[in-house]
Amino acid sequence: MLSRTAENLYWLARYVERAEYLARTIDATLRVTALPAAYVGKTNEWDSALLTAGVAASFYQTYEEANEHNVVDFLSFSADNPSSIRNCIEAARLNSRSVRTALTSEMWDTINSAWIELQAVWSKGTSTREDLAKFLRFVQETSLRFDGSAYRTMLRNDAYWFSRMGVHLERADNTARILDVKYHVLLPEEEQVGGPLDFYQWSSILRSVSALTAYHWVYRETLKPWLIADLLILNDTLPRSLASCYGNLVRNLDQIGVAYGRQGPAQRHARGIRNRLEHSNMNDIFQHGVHEFIQEFIADNSRLGEIITRQYLI
Amino acid sequence: MAVAFDEMNIPGGDLRPAYQELARWLEETPPEALEYRRQEAELLFRRIGITFAVYGDSESTERLIPFDVIPRIMSGKEWALLEKGLKQRVRALNMFLRDIYHGRDILRAEIVPDDLIFQNPVFRPEMNGQQVPHDVYVHIAGIDIVRVDAEDFIVLEDNARTPSGVSYMLENREIMMRLFPDLFARHKVAPVERYPDELLAALRSVAPHGASSEPTVALLTPGVYNSAYYEHSFLADKLGIELVEGRDLIVKNNEVFMRTTEGMKRVDVIYRRVDDDFLDPLTFRPDSVLGVPGLMSAYAAGNITLANAVGTGIADDKAIYSYMPDIVKFYLGEEPILKNVPTWRCREPKDLAYVLDNLSDLVVKEVHGSGGYGMLIGPAATKATIEAFREKLKREPEGFIAQPTLALSTCPTCTASGLAPRHVDLRPFVLTGSKSTTIVPGGLTRVALKEGSLVVNSSQGGGTKDTWILDE
Repeated sequence: MLSRTAENLYWLARYVERAEYLARTIDATLRVTALPAAYVGKTNEWDSALLTAGVAASFYQTYEEANEHNVVDFLSFSADNPSSIRNCIEAARLNSRSVRTALTSEMWDTINSAWIELQAVWSKGTSTREDLAKFLRFVQETSLRFDGSAYRTMLRNDAYWFSRMGVHLERADNTARILDVKYHVLLPEEEQVGGPLDFYQWSSILRSVSALTAYHWVYRETLKPWLIADLLILNDTLPRSLASCYGNLVRNLDQIGVAYGRQGPAQRHARGIRNRLEHSNMNDIFQHGVHEFIQEFIADNSRLGEIITRQYLI
Repeated sequence: MAVAFDEMNIPGGDLRPAYQELARWLEETPPEALEYRRQEAELLFRRIGITFAVYGDSESTERLIPFDVIPRIMSGKEWALLEKGLKQRVRALNMFLRDIYHGRDILRAEIVPDDLIFQNPVFRPEMNGQQVPHDVYVHIAGIDIVRVDAEDFIVLEDNARTPSGVSYMLENREIMMRLFPDLFARHKVAPVERYPDELLAALRSVAPHGASSEPTVALLTPGVYNSAYYEHSFLADKLGIELVEGRDLIVKNNEVFMRTTEGMKRVDVIYRRVDDDFLDPLTFRPDSVLGVPGLMSAYAAGNITLANAVGTGIADDKAIYSYMPDIVKFYLGEEPILKNVPTWRCREPKDLAYVLDNLSDLVVKEVHGSGGYGMLIGPAATKATIEAFREKLKREPEGFIAQPTLALSTCPTCTASGLAPRHVDLRPFVLTGSKSTTIVPGGLTRVALKEGSLVVNSSQGGGTKDTWILDE
């Protein structure tokens, strides 16, 4: 297929995944900030929402204070924020138009309808909590529908694999970023371990990757920080865990390698990251330092993005 | 202006045979039901994303072309005549182009004046003596046809460069079949859906002689911001070929390749929807980022087929148009089946004088204009507009032609106040491959939705209709 087509499919999937992640982050933050201060402490949750989205620096160029109004607006609707939900959906649609021929009509319909709704219903942002909840649901449903359409209607060929690679690479990045911002509340040696404060912080982390219910099914335990870290990093049954994302990335890259009769640096690099995840356990990671581990992962993951681009997309 | 010929109603109250069943159906169908389906059609178009862009309109970069749900119907007999005329016309266009870029018999015979060719900006000296694969220049032609009476078909314009609109022909039919299955059941409508297959067959048939037996065809688009981008992606999809932009292609050793995820892949035929000027920055406009550097040398080396060929603009130029009846006679030795609109060539002093005296009755068009831009419709224009145009005309008479205002035929159309006659034209699409010329029965009917308006261009408030050829 055309390199440009593959590139568009890959980015299209990334934008949709990112939009959903942002919606989940806002949703989770709203829940925590709705609690009395006694339960959540003095940390500014809106500030950490900006950090997990990786847009804190550009936010403060426009705004002074990270409060609900400003952050929701910046993450959801701002034209100045290149990865606001609005811009993600617009970019997704532009990418879709460029690769209409590689999309199934169901996928196109999902993105095009979302774009139409964005303009018709959400052009002025949201004014009430209820509106905002509706908007966030709309974004999450768009992503689910897009993912489902791709899964159910696309031919299993390189177009599908490039699109899936976009999903998994973006997803791994998002999960890693939450961990990067919140790792301190997961450290066992933190002083106020186990207080109500932590409980809500922990459930918020799980919520933003839609893993709260999954946690209970997997561990049948009350929330424990090292188990949360284990779930998000190493447990490959959780679709948003780093291990699961890399299992999928390696598989997709192998499928492309087989179809093209050729492997390359992308396959090798992805396999290296996957092996490291497979051979790690939480003890080692905590010993080595969660923060360092996550930062290395984020760098490795974005390097894979660059390698894929060089090998296939340009 | 004379009363227009109505394609449904005969003055005095009778119906033309092709419309009888439709009229019965319309009588049985309550207006609300029609309105409901009209809205449904609009929704479908928007969801599919069939839009076009209007240049210079920053408000909305994507707009829908209004769609009228009442079909325009023609009998099989009428179509047979039109089809014959179209094939004749396109054959002559191809022979004319081959001649202009080679022996120039027609200039020696003094049928067409030299300066009209050599001083014409759309004449491409690069094409002189250049062999094009299978001698086909115009692979895809869109010939704009109007009617003024029951007997004749008149050519308003030949489009021999990159005619667009065929996606509307296909989608209009698709949507009509979805919305009005009952109406289709009562007619025998000739299908149009084989157009993509015929187009692909035609394109593959004209691959360069050295190409493999399975030539690779790609559609070259200027990109998502082009007004016809939807059509480009639609066609590439239907044909199952890659939709490429200039940056996807590269020329090496006079061969054309596309950049794919598996490396470079050779391309044999390019269905290009990029204008001549932008095709190759090394040959034409150096500032073009839409084109492919070196494409023209690959073309000259005979390693790639461009459809349509470079330089076809000289055949659909409005100044050349007026010579088309003579061109048909010269190459084919036949009487032209399709008529021309009588045309005054403002470059000729006698004609200019007449035009200047009768501006308020005439339509004056720029020789190189298209899309309904830059024309004067005398009867509808204000005095001031006419005077301004008179000055333009005097300054540069060779830039214009003039024609009488035609009473374009009308068809029943949905309007705010119920069904009413509106003026229409028709653009059938003529495909020429190495062996044969084919035309899918029908084409794109454009309709001027404003009462009394004669401008059917989508950029100027025109809409479209499904066109039915009855298979009797």
